[in-house]
Amino acid sequence: MSKGLEGNDNRGARELGAEEKVGWDEVTQGVVLHSFVGESKNAAFLKPEERVYNDFNSYTATVASWRIIKPIYNRDICIDCQNCWVWCPDTSIISRDKQMLGIDYDHCKGCGVCVEVCPTNPKSLLMFNEAADNDAELENWPVKEKKAK
Amino acid sequence: MAITSIKNLKEFSTNNDRFEGAHLLCPGCAHSMIVRELMNCTDDNLVIASNTGCLEVSTAVYPYTSWDTSWIHIGFENAATAASCAEAMYKARKKKGTLPDADAPVKFVAFGGDGSTYDIGFQWLSGAMERGHDFTYICLDNENYANTGGQRSSATPVGAHTSTAQAGSHSYGKKQKKKDMVAIMAAHGAPYVAQLAPNKWKSMAKGFQKALETEGPCFINTVSACTTEWKFDPKDTIHITDLATDSLMFPVYEIIDGHELNILYRPKNIIKVEDYLGSQGRYRHLFKPQNKHIIERIQKDIDEKWALLQRREEARI
Ligand SMILES: Cc1ncc(C[n+]2csc(CCOP(=O)(O)OP(=O)(O)O)c2C)c(N)n1
Ligand code: SF4
Ligand code: SF4
Ligand code: SF4
Ligand SMILES: [Mg+2]
Repeated sequence: MSKGLEGNDNRGARELGAEEKVGWDEVTQGVVLHSFVGESKNAAFLKPEERVYNDFNSYTATVASWRIIKPIYNRDICIDCQNCWVWCPDTSIISRDKQMLGIDYDHCKGCGVCVEVCPTNPKSLLMFNEAADNDAELENWPVKEKKAK
Repeated sequence: MAITSIKNLKEFSTNNDRFEGAHLLCPGCAHSMIVRELMNCTDDNLVIASNTGCLEVSTAVYPYTSWDTSWIHIGFENAATAASCAEAMYKARKKKGTLPDADAPVKFVAFGGDGSTYDIGFQWLSGAMERGHDFTYICLDNENYANTGGQRSSATPVGAHTSTAQAGSHSYGKKQKKKDMVAIMAAHGAPYVAQLAPNKWKSMAKGFQKALETEGPCFINTVSACTTEWKFDPKDTIHITDLATDSLMFPVYEIIDGHELNILYRPKNIIKVEDYLGSQGRYRHLFKPQNKHIIERIQKDIDEKWALLQRREEARI
């Protein structure tokens, strides 16, 4: 999956569950997983692209294969209200400096919440089949719907 | 101390998330909306404890963690125990001068499901509240033991179908009322308790900030719509939560120092509870003629509770 958006190089690098398995009796008990490489700094002050994610961080895994439908984002209509950002359960709306930039397709599960909470008319986010071509769908974006009386 | 601005959603969105994707919560699960908001409403270091339940098993699937802060996994009963004891240890080491970064602000938070909060971890939560630790306990209330297949808990409302309180020809689902956990926690003398909902993001962020800033043990019950066990389409999580707060099935309010009750959300149009119940598969059976009286009972309970909350708000008791 191409990044194309703000992100760290190792985002979604591995299929979740594809890692080498060890038996239940081989797992270290009471293990500590470090989210970042080296000295941990407070991540609140670092954007994802500035962090040094450890392989243990689920940021480096992908759940893209869970999706059967996906949201597509239309920048032309978006008013940057950030509704989609606050309610996305999978930290998959990429916003920087008060602007919505797009979707993190490595972590989006295709729930459709972002589309439901998007207030524009027509919506700036719509759900499509996972196989749909983003550019083609953007070309055919629906026009403004009249309010039902 | 840096507390992030929540003036409007645009500003709020400039926070750097500390809860990562590729956790295994169901698509549309409200647990992660609530957790993300808690972590985004502060810049302080966080020490978080989660006990067993959907949140814990989905965010620490070996060899992965979805947490960019200190996070402790502990057994089902003990979210409050772990968070409160980490706080006690932190204080002791600070006093002894053995902390590496003693001036960095840090907050202690526990997340538990309703099964652990209302039932199985109840005694341990009560103990931590009574000991008076400086921590915030957040219950992710999805009204059932979701992680083990949707058993009833004492947070399950009257009439809901669960795997251990099934609806059928002789049963309308759960018979007992939901426990009033907010009142129980306020009765512990907690300086801040609240019931908050993720659809009302601003009052939720404000409530979280208040709890984090308040010294002493704080408790927050959050409504966490569960697409799998409540049986609704994952895209509708926020819509269902809107119905919950607008029907007053989940009133949004806080209680300060055990008596100062403030209603934080007053719906402009209060909707009938039928509209809320009708939105979810777990209440479908209530619409059969023989069960209609249960809907009436639920509505009556809601009306009485709302009247009581308003009286308490006015009287400051
Ligand atoms: C002492 C103990 N009893 C039972 C279990 C099995 N168990 C694991 S998660 C869970 C349900 C959790 O329900 P809840 O606390 O409501 O969290 P949810 O999954 O709904 O978010 C149960 C019963 C356990 N882990 N430990
Ligand atoms: S479909 Fe769901 S997971 Fe994907 S971006 Fe939208 S809200 Fe997030
Ligand atoms: S909800 Fe819609 S309008 Fe608002 S930021 Fe997201 S895409 Fe843009
Ligand atoms: S079962 Fe419910 S609470 Fe658990 S992950 Fe799924 S939606 Fe969330
Ligand atoms: Mg639960």
